[in-house]
Amino acid sequence: MTAARSSLTWWKQSTIRCMEAIEVTGLRKTYGGRDAVAGIDLVVARGEIFSLLGPNGAGKTTTVEILEGHRRRTAGDVRVLGEDPGRAGSAWRARIGIVLQDADDAADLTVHEMVRHIAGFYPEARKADEVIELVGLSEKRNSKIRTLSGGQRRRVDVALGIVGRPELLFLDEPTTGFDPEARRQFWDLIRTLAADGTTIVLTTHYLDEAEALADRLAVVAEGRIVAEGTPATLGGRAAAEARVSWTENGTARTEQVPDPTDLIRRLLADGVDLTTLTITRPTLEDTYLSLIGATR
Amino acid sequence: MSTFAPAPGRAPMRTILATQIRMELLLTARRGEAVVLAMGVPLLVLLGAGLFDVTNLPTTDRLGYVVPGVLALTVMSTAFTGQAITTGYERSYGVLKRLGASPLTRPGLLLAKTAAVLVQIAVQVLVLALVGLAVGWRPEAGALLPALGVTVLATAGYSGLALLLASILKPETTTGAATLIYVVMLSVGGIMFGAPDLGTAGWFLLPLAAHAEALRETLMYGGSVPAGIWLALAVWAIAWPALAARKFRWE
Repeated sequence: MTAARSSLTWWKQSTIRCMEAIEVTGLRKTYGGRDAVAGIDLVVARGEIFSLLGPNGAGKTTTVEILEGHRRRTAGDVRVLGEDPGRAGSAWRARIGIVLQDADDAADLTVHEMVRHIAGFYPEARKADEVIELVGLSEKRNSKIRTLSGGQRRRVDVALGIVGRPELLFLDEPTTGFDPEARRQFWDLIRTLAADGTTIVLTTHYLDEAEALADRLAVVAEGRIVAEGTPATLGGRAAAEARVSWTENGTARTEQVPDPTDLIRRLLADGVDLTTLTITRPTLEDTYLSLIGATR
Repeated sequence: MSTFAPAPGRAPMRTILATQIRMELLLTARRGEAVVLAMGVPLLVLLGAGLFDVTNLPTTDRLGYVVPGVLALTVMSTAFTGQAITTGYERSYGVLKRLGASPLTRPGLLLAKTAAVLVQIAVQVLVLALVGLAVGWRPEAGALLPALGVTVLATAGYSGLALLLASILKPETTTGAATLIYVVMLSVGGIMFGAPDLGTAGWFLLPLAAHAEALRETLMYGGSVPAGIWLALAVWAIAWPALAARKFRWE
């Protein structure tokens, strides 16, 4: 108890000492002369849900693994919870939860055994059964992990990532293989964790997931950040022109305008039939595709 | 405090170690048939070479010569061959990567694995010794402590080398290398035949021969372990685990 209390005090002090959860300047990682990460600057505030988007091989996972302390960097300055992940010890590691992209499991263990095992590393861990319930695996509690489906194993990964009550949680494509209901349940869990103070870094291929969860996001392509913003403003999305379509005298008409108000007023005044009227702005997916398309 | 609020922290290192040792033992128990099978070769050697004149031994007390050698062989089989193969596959399956994401340190994992292997060896040695006693082995009980001492050193050395191999080679290569080393050691390790006399250098090159010789000196003659053997096994027990702790990779 004393140890737990003193570590809590220490955590509070370090919170005061360093307001940002993650600070990265000029991060580079070179494999055999090729830049996998070619100069990334990044700041993630405490309590924020930050999402990294990008195609396969863009450098997302490499970046995240450097932040997690799993990979060495070639150059750049990295601070995660106030420490350099390349040098930080096990006390730092204990403050971080990681849901790896491609970890397998001690296949001969049951879900409950594995979660309870990892819980044993933390002084104020969540109860194993509570975490298993949170990720919706209660029915599989006593099943060997190797008998589970891909999506169920992914949920075990999530359970293991949060059981130690980390202050910073890395999720690398966490919902791959989830069915829609499990994804919604997972999103609720992430929102609850964030609302209660956990900082979350999420990499994902699903743009709806990033849009639903992220406070801020960055798009990575070819080892660089090509755009950064909120889901609503990313890549000038809010400022992009609206696309107005309607049918006039049997012909399909389309116009792009910054603000559709005047156009609609004119159409109304002209007595045009607006039954088929649609006004669309670029979706996050449109913006994303044009952003990564521009680097090709 | 809400159950969703962060409460980060690391359990005391001894708790983390105890947790990991318990897990390693549980996993060992889950592959219990492999643990029993691992005793097959030692058992065959014990009964074959111990009871019948199938090989030339430098003594007429066949069981007195063969049983200590078989105990040493079991230690190598479990701490080195079995451990290298298991850990190699664990690493390639990504099991260890997950532990790398936890507050368990590299030396912590190596220590836990070695401790779990020691427990497994204690059980196997006990079983084989009982079989030996049942078929007429009559060891000297006076020098049990040094016999245990060299066994712990040998275990640590084998375990370190196993984890090093598992860490730098592919699992298939690890399996091949560990099996090859096992067969070579079995042939020239002075278990079924007298070991080639390489002098003191031999103890450093053939830990199995050194360990077997130390067990014979103590259990067969009630004597003391030669200083050269203490030194050789101590070097193994320090060098390989230290190198493994530096080189070990989680994935």
